Parts: sequence; structure tokens; C-alpha cells
Amino acid sequence: MIPLAAAQPVIPDFGRGSSCVRENGTFCWDWVSAHWGDTLRPALVQHVALTLIALAAGFAIAFALALAAHRRGRLTTPVVLVTGLLYTIPSLALFQLLVPFTGLSRTTAEIALVSYTLLILFRNTLAGLAGVPEEVRDAARGMGLTRRQLLWRVELPLALPAIVAGLRIATVTVISLATVAVFVVNQGLGAPIYAGLQQTFKTELIAAGALCVALALAADGLLVLMQRALTPWTRVARSR
Amino acid sequence: MQDFVDAFRFIADNTALLWSLTLDHLALSGAALAIALVLAIPLGVTLGHVHRGSFAAINVSNVGRALPSLALISIGVAVLGIGFVNVMVALTVLAFPIVLTNAYVAVDGVDQDAVEAARGMGMTGREVLWKVELPLALPLIFAGVRTAVVYVIATATLASVAGAHSLGDVIVDQATYRLPGVLGAAICVAVLALLAELLFAALQRAVTPRALRLEERRAPVMLGDPPLTKERTAPT
Repeated sequence: MIPLAAAQPVIPDFGRGSSCVRENGTFCWDWVSAHWGDTLRPALVQHVALTLIALAAGFAIAFALALAAHRRGRLTTPVVLVTGLLYTIPSLALFQLLVPFTGLSRTTAEIALVSYTLLILFRNTLAGLAGVPEEVRDAARGMGLTRRQLLWRVELPLALPAIVAGLRIATVTVISLATVAVFVVNQGLGAPIYAGLQQTFKTELIAAGALCVALALAADGLLVLMQRALTPWTRVARSR
Repeated sequence: MQDFVDAFRFIADNTALLWSLTLDHLALSGAALAIALVLAIPLGVTLGHVHRGSFAAINVSNVGRALPSLALISIGVAVLGIGFVNVMVALTVLAFPIVLTNAYVAVDGVDQDAVEAARGMGMTGREVLWKVELPLALPLIFAGVRTAVVYVIATATLASVAGAHSLGDVIVDQATYRLPGVLGAAICVAVLALLAELLFAALQRAVTPRALRLEERRAPVMLGDPPLTKERTAPT
């Protein structure tokens, strides 16, 4: 036990830090600035990477499934059942259940994260496509648009608000769940959070937790701005 | 595959332990949910009835969703300390916005023609709420409850890192229980969450008036906020 305790001091830099760190104050800014470069920033970057990969893969799969289901309605029920099943399994359990197949790796984390985006993105994309008024479709057909043109030029742009609404939920969900990925791969903001839980020093825990919340809010805000830029017509409709 | 065989053997050998942790898990989730429902449903229903505070009622869930559960539990631990009550508070905070927004959207979105008709029949505001708005809003209110139930049961697994007992105890303690134990507990948690989902899906169906059931089958449901409310309130 003794060498272990010596290797991992309960309070980092004990005796050398500021008075706040030595006395274990609730939140020490100087610890954050001292460890931003070696702990928090790398964790934040890894977290963003984990999130972006999961979202990109999840969106690609869900989008393809939604387009297929939009064309063939019979696909909807099985896809909703399977993705709903994946969505219901608690994250901590799903991460562990994948370990026998993909090991303690980043792949395990990504597969689990992707599986949580599927239901949300699929349902919203499909609902957006289904919500396109029939008259609009008729008008587009009357103008001589092919099926493909109808989809890409009329239906998808009109479905965009619903798709972005889904992306917002999926993004925030993945950012939240990526912290739990720390139990299978020591990456992302979950790492400092988990490290913080193992010690009595509070600042690391609070700083990493707050960063995670800030990241989620920032990503959500960014998607709202993106949707506004992509769908200028919705603002006109709202101001009427 | 051998890992999963061992996992089921672990479940069979440790039924007593897993059962008692399941009860702890349910007690923690149940307490947090009860508080969240008691606070959020009356508030959401009242706001929806008077059609006020839509900005707050809808945005509280956007912000609430942005709160990462592990981060929230951890910050709660750092500020309040470890233990059952503190984790319960964190879970309540996570469940509250989901229930509130759904309750608000449900009552706010009740067909205004139905409300007008009820008023025309001489119903008071209270009667309109209890006899017209609530029955029509019940399925959507219940959808929020169902989402919150599954979410809280899933998140209660994380309570183990914060000093409260749940099935997560086994999952995060690989040193003691080894991979078969971790997998066994993970299977139990997954089954628990699925059972809760199925139970509440059945309950939700049971409280849905038959006419609304048919309507639901026709229109695919979308997740997310503003378009949902807009479409529900728009006159044909």
C-alpha cells in the first residue's frame, strides 16, 4: 500500500501549490491555469474528437436509414425498434457489454456513442421528410423535378429544422455520455472527472464538469446559429 | 462469447447481491423521480393551462439536456459530498426539465377548438383543465414521465461513483468482480431499463384515448422542441 500511496498523492503538488490548493478550497483558479495545458486542454480536445467522430458516423448511418425508410415505409418500425433498444440500454452497461468484442479501446467508446445518436437522428430526419406538405411535393413534380431532385432540392431543405433539432439533441447527448466512456478508454473530459472522484481535491472535478457543461451549451448554440444561417425562410415565417 | 457465458453464471451465483443492488437502484431512481414529478407536473400543467412562460418551460429542458449526468453528479459530490441524498438531488435535477417541458407542451398544445367548445358549454377554467385539457394532454405528459424514468434508471448506474448504491457498484468495480461480474451487472441494468421502458410504454398506451392512438400511428413522432409545439397548435 505504501508505494502506491506515494505514487499517487491525494492532493497534487501538495505543499508547493497556492494556499487555495493546499487548503483544498472549493475552486482554485490558479490550479486551473497551472494544469490547463497538461490536463484540461488535452481532455477537452479528446472530448471534442470523440463527439465529432460519433456524430459524423451516427449521422451518416441514421441519414441513410431515414432516406431508405422515407422511400419504403415498412422499414420504419424495425429501425425504430432496434435503435430504440440501443437507446434504452444505460451507457455504462453498453460500454461494458462491448468490451468482449472490441476491448478497452476507443472503438468501443465510439460504437456505444454512435448507437445513442441513431434513434434521435433517424426519427427526426424521417419526421422532417414526412412533414413536407403534399402540395409542395405536387408543385415540385409539376415543375418537372425528378425524384432525386425533389428529395435534395425540396424535401431535405424543408426537413432541415427537424434534422437540426435532432442533431442538437444528439450532440448534447453524446457530449454528456462521452464522459462515461472513461470507464473503457481513458480519454476525454471523463478522465479528469474520474480522477477528481478518486481524490479529495475538488477543483479538478468541478473544472472538468464545468468544461463539459460549457462545451454542451456552446455546441448547442453553434447548431442553432447554423440552422438560422441555413434556413433563412423560417425566420420570415415566424415574424409574421 | 465465453465471457457472456461466465456473465450469466455470475448472475446465477450472485442473485442475492444483484437483487439487493437492484432494490437500491430502484429506491434511488424512485425517490428522485417522485420528487421530480411532484414538482414538475403541477408547474408544467399550470403554465400550459394559462399559456404563459413558454420560453422558460421549453428552454429549461434545452439547458437541462446540456447538463452531462456524470459531470452533474461529480459537481454535486464535490460541493455537497457523497451519499444517497446528494445523488438523489442530482438525479432529480436531471429528470425535472424533461417532465416539465413535456407537461407544458402537452397542455399548451391541446386543440384550442376543444377548449373553446368546453367554454361554450359553460365550463369554468378549472373544469376545462380537469375535464378537457388533462385527458387530452395525458399521453404527452406520460411520454415525458417515461423518458425521465428510463433516463433516471440509466443514470442511477453512475451513482456508484458518488457513494450511493446501485447496480453500478458491480460495473465500476472490475478489480473485485472481474469481467464476468461487470458484464453480468451490465446485463441486469440493461434488462431493468428495457423492462421500465416496456412497462411505461404499455402504461402510456393505456392512458391514451383511442382516437389519439390512431392519429399517432399516422404521423411519425419527432423529438425536439419548437416545430413540435408550432405544429400542434396550428389551426388546419
